[in-house]
Amino acid sequence: MVDAQYTPAQILEWLSQVPDPEIPVLTITDLGIVRDVDCSAGVTVSLTPTYSGCPATEAIEASVAATLQEHGVDDVRIKRVLSPPWTTDWISEAGRKKLTVYGIAPPERRDRPIACPRCDSSNTEQVSEFGSTACKASYRCIDCLEPFEYFKCL
Amino acid sequence: MSSDETLVAYASRLGDNALILGQRMIELVAASPELEEELANANFSLDYIGQARMYYTYAGEREGAGRDEDDFAFLRPEHDYKNLLLVEQSNGHFGDSTVRQFLFESWYVLLLEALTRCSDEGISVIAARAIKEVRYHLRHSSQWLVRLGDGTEESHARVQVSLDDLWRFTGEMFAPDDLDDEMRAAFNGPHLEVIETQWRENVAAVLAEATLDMPDDQWMAIGGKQGQHSEHMGFLLAEMQHLQRAYPGATW
Repeated sequence: MVDAQYTPAQILEWLSQVPDPEIPVLTITDLGIVRDVDCSAGVTVSLTPTYSGCPATEAIEASVAATLQEHGVDDVRIKRVLSPPWTTDWISEAGRKKLTVYGIAPPERRDRPIACPRCDSSNTEQVSEFGSTACKASYRCIDCLEPFEYFKCL
Repeated sequence: MSSDETLVAYASRLGDNALILGQRMIELVAASPELEEELANANFSLDYIGQARMYYTYAGEREGAGRDEDDFAFLRPEHDYKNLLLVEQSNGHFGDSTVRQFLFESWYVLLLEALTRCSDEGISVIAARAIKEVRYHLRHSSQWLVRLGDGTEESHARVQVSLDDLWRFTGEMFAPDDLDDEMRAAFNGPHLEVIETQWRENVAAVLAEATLDMPDDQWMAIGGKQGQHSEHMGFLLAEMQHLQRAYPGATW
């Protein structure tokens, strides 16, 4: 039997449909956690965890394997790479826009104001540095009063 | 000790510190004084348990005997855990927990910094991942220490007692044993005396801001790194390991 040949671009295209289980509006390619696709022997996908204890890591690995299998790729291997460590800088521009539309303020480098995802005002305040998941803080907009989550910079 | 044995022992010891502290913090869930703290503790605990998983998985791979993270976490007896006595100390009141976190994290962040430069890639990449998390853990515990120390008369007095009580567990962090020496010689591991100097400086600065007195160096309790634990450890393990002990191999 002759194996079907896949290209990394094709695999990446399929992976760009896999949602993050905790923030389903983002795909794993938006998040920047797909570090490499190697099609030389079967298909090996290298993924990096976001936070050490992120409970979504296993779920993401399982959905990557399942998605590729649905597309007929039988020989899927998932490699977990820790280095270099993931940073929120790897979230794509498209991902940042999707986050805002979803109501989560995207990560900002220090000293830059956190804008309200609803009215875009920079007049916002932190309610709690810790939120519903390890990656988010709770904020509120002083102008439009919208409570919102902020994706913390890591 | 072969170089593999050194790495297995060292990685699993790092895992023990992270796991036991993570377990202590998860005990605080649903007991925090306010919601922000509740979320912070759960988040931090998850970070520590995630780090423990990485250390244990790496130790298991190096060992090559088929042990995985769960074997390390749930199926070893008390004497096989080599964590610092400090991390197993019970939560006490909020000031006690805060001081424990602060003293440990002030040390751990420096240790991780040194480990990112060690010559074993397996450990250095975990350290590079973990340090990003521990930096904000330390920022959090430092802020609380300042708030409690420079707070009310009551909070100041109580947190000073916490500091005096827990100080005796800090000596162990800087006393190199054979494993520390081997790690340093073979893999450019951390130099604990250098870390101690830096730690004292950093701790003194936060204590000054918190208007707390740095305790005198008194008799130091040691033994955790050799598997001789305080009275708290057995109870912690009994609860943490209960499921795997009662139903060996249980999965869900």
